[in-house]
Amino acid sequence: MTATPIALRPRFTLAGNPSVLWALLVLAIFTLGVTVLAEGVGAGVISTSFVKTLGKTLCLCLAAVAMDVVWGYCGILSLGHMAFFGIGGYAIGQWLMTARTTDIVAQNLAGQPLPPTPRELEQAVASQIFGVVGAEDFPWIWAFSDSLALQLLMVVLVPGLLAGLFGWLAFRSRVTGVYLSILTQGMTLALSLWLFQNDSGLRGNNGLSGLQNIPGLDQWGQDAISIGFFWASALALALGYLLFAWLTSGRRGAVIRAIRDDEARVRFLGYGVEGTKLLVFTLTAVVAAIAGALYYPQAGIINPGEVAPLASIYLAVWVAIGGRGRLYGAALGAALVSLMSSWFTGGGAPDIPLGVYTIRWTDWWTVLLGLTFVAVTLLAPKGLGGLFDLVPRRANRQGDWGPDDGAWRSEEGQP
Amino acid sequence: MSTLLEVDSISVSFDGFRAINNLSLTVPDTGLRAIIGPNGAGKTTFMDVVTGKTRPDSGRVLWGDGAMNLVGLSESRIARLGLGRKFQRPTVFEAQSVAENLDMALRNPRNPFRVLFAKRTPEDRTRVEAIAEEIGLVSHLGRRAGELSHGQKQWLEIGMLLAQDPRLLLVDEPAAGMTVGEREHTTDLLGRAAKTRAVVVVEHDMEFVRRLDCRVTVLHEGRVLAEGSLDHVTSDQDVIDVYLGR
Repeated sequence: MTATPIALRPRFTLAGNPSVLWALLVLAIFTLGVTVLAEGVGAGVISTSFVKTLGKTLCLCLAAVAMDVVWGYCGILSLGHMAFFGIGGYAIGQWLMTARTTDIVAQNLAGQPLPPTPRELEQAVASQIFGVVGAEDFPWIWAFSDSLALQLLMVVLVPGLLAGLFGWLAFRSRVTGVYLSILTQGMTLALSLWLFQNDSGLRGNNGLSGLQNIPGLDQWGQDAISIGFFWASALALALGYLLFAWLTSGRRGAVIRAIRDDEARVRFLGYGVEGTKLLVFTLTAVVAAIAGALYYPQAGIINPGEVAPLASIYLAVWVAIGGRGRLYGAALGAALVSLMSSWFTGGGAPDIPLGVYTIRWTDWWTVLLGLTFVAVTLLAPKGLGGLFDLVPRRANRQGDWGPDDGAWRSEEGQP
Repeated sequence: MSTLLEVDSISVSFDGFRAINNLSLTVPDTGLRAIIGPNGAGKTTFMDVVTGKTRPDSGRVLWGDGAMNLVGLSESRIARLGLGRKFQRPTVFEAQSVAENLDMALRNPRNPFRVLFAKRTPEDRTRVEAIAEEIGLVSHLGRRAGELSHGQKQWLEIGMLLAQDPRLLLVDEPAAGMTVGEREHTTDLLGRAAKTRAVVVVEHDMEFVRRLDCRVTVLHEGRVLAEGSLDHVTSDQDVIDVYLGR
């Protein structure tokens, strides 16, 4: 018989993964379209605040794609990935606040007869930032906040180390399934409770604010800055998507999916399951943090509520509704649900008067979301991404459809 | 012929129940060996101990020429040393193709970073096709393993073991749920594999063991009851009493 072509690609190529190509194409068209229509640089159909919403949505998509890899592909239901997202936001926020406040304070002091010493300047900045929590000095956690490069390093390093340490402890003791999910919730809860304290050094429940003002870019105006961040978010999503498409392809992807389906069996094949899980967990945490670092300058404010356990549960809901186990599904779910969420809760959806009771979507949206989640889980486990399976495509199947010779043949098409 | 595996007086108990009681046996580096015994004789626990899944309360499991002690090593480390295990229930990765299942099992570097950046070489592909030929699944390489019949899954799992190229193959009830024709194919597969490596088959089906035509160890209540050819052990009075007489 002639050699049967087998489904083993030697390496990752875009041509071999048409869905990646399509996703990147759609993202590129979307980015260009929004730019052309935006208030700042284009036709002015899309307001600056909506450009920011769309940019933030792209960041959420990136976090959701990372969540999909750790959950949908590797089988680790982490309910803590939004904590890493938040850490990324805090890390970049520290630099933004310090640099911005320094600029303002320096301007205010410029009129004084005696120029301020560096020490006086620092004290003035510190009391400006930390006055709300009754502190006068920069806490130790702000040690690098005057350097953009170091603080960008912290965006990657802090969540990377935290995820690495947490994952190492959890995976090494073979905590899996629901117990691991609970542990990750515990981690998120602990982090947000710590952030809520005034003496955590991160301004307690005030959080960090004014992050939309980018120091040194004042002459740009928010219109242009919003487009800049929108493009940066789109680029990050594209790169993250490519990274994860590569990670989940080939033999490494097969091993990752095998760990999801039967990790004990993977051990008997000789693979280090714990190491692989740690790698996936940490890498996705770092990507989520990068997404957060791009999100919060567009949101303008971050507070400990953003790190609360609920945020991570939402992330899992987006991925479930979008369809886990496929990257575009996760991105789609995050985009759709978060946009709808802001439409419903932002008063966009009209109230429904029922005579005796009026349904206000600001209150009822979470109920609707919850019902949708239950419905998708029960009725359409493939989620929104499953809709793409309905698109007829050329059968590229090898071998017969059924288990034995009497069953459907591949020539006969789909049974 | 030298000794590949030496199990030296291991004992395992679960909550006071002695699953294995001072068990010792040796496995030479080539050839077939069958381990039989009634349910609860400790067959599966024995495999769990050897493959690192269960840690024995006492005793040693010595491996290879250097007599390395396997007790306390992780499952993946033991697998990398050259010990392959086939489970009773066929455990293949059902969501993945037959080719992917075999490719994953191929003997290649297992270090996470090497796995991360590994490319599938043309040799890998040739090996996958050769193994598929051996297990009779060449025309099924592109199919999802979950679609295969029970017997085909069993062969795929044996194929994955062959791909690992282990020095010792531990096979748990390979013929369970197979038709007569499938059994013959399985016997051939195991017999061929045993020409170059050690194959230990755990089985309670006497007919299948007879077809393997090899040295037999009878386990009972966690210890060795008898050892020898099948005819020898089946004529042993103890064996008749506890196992065949029932």
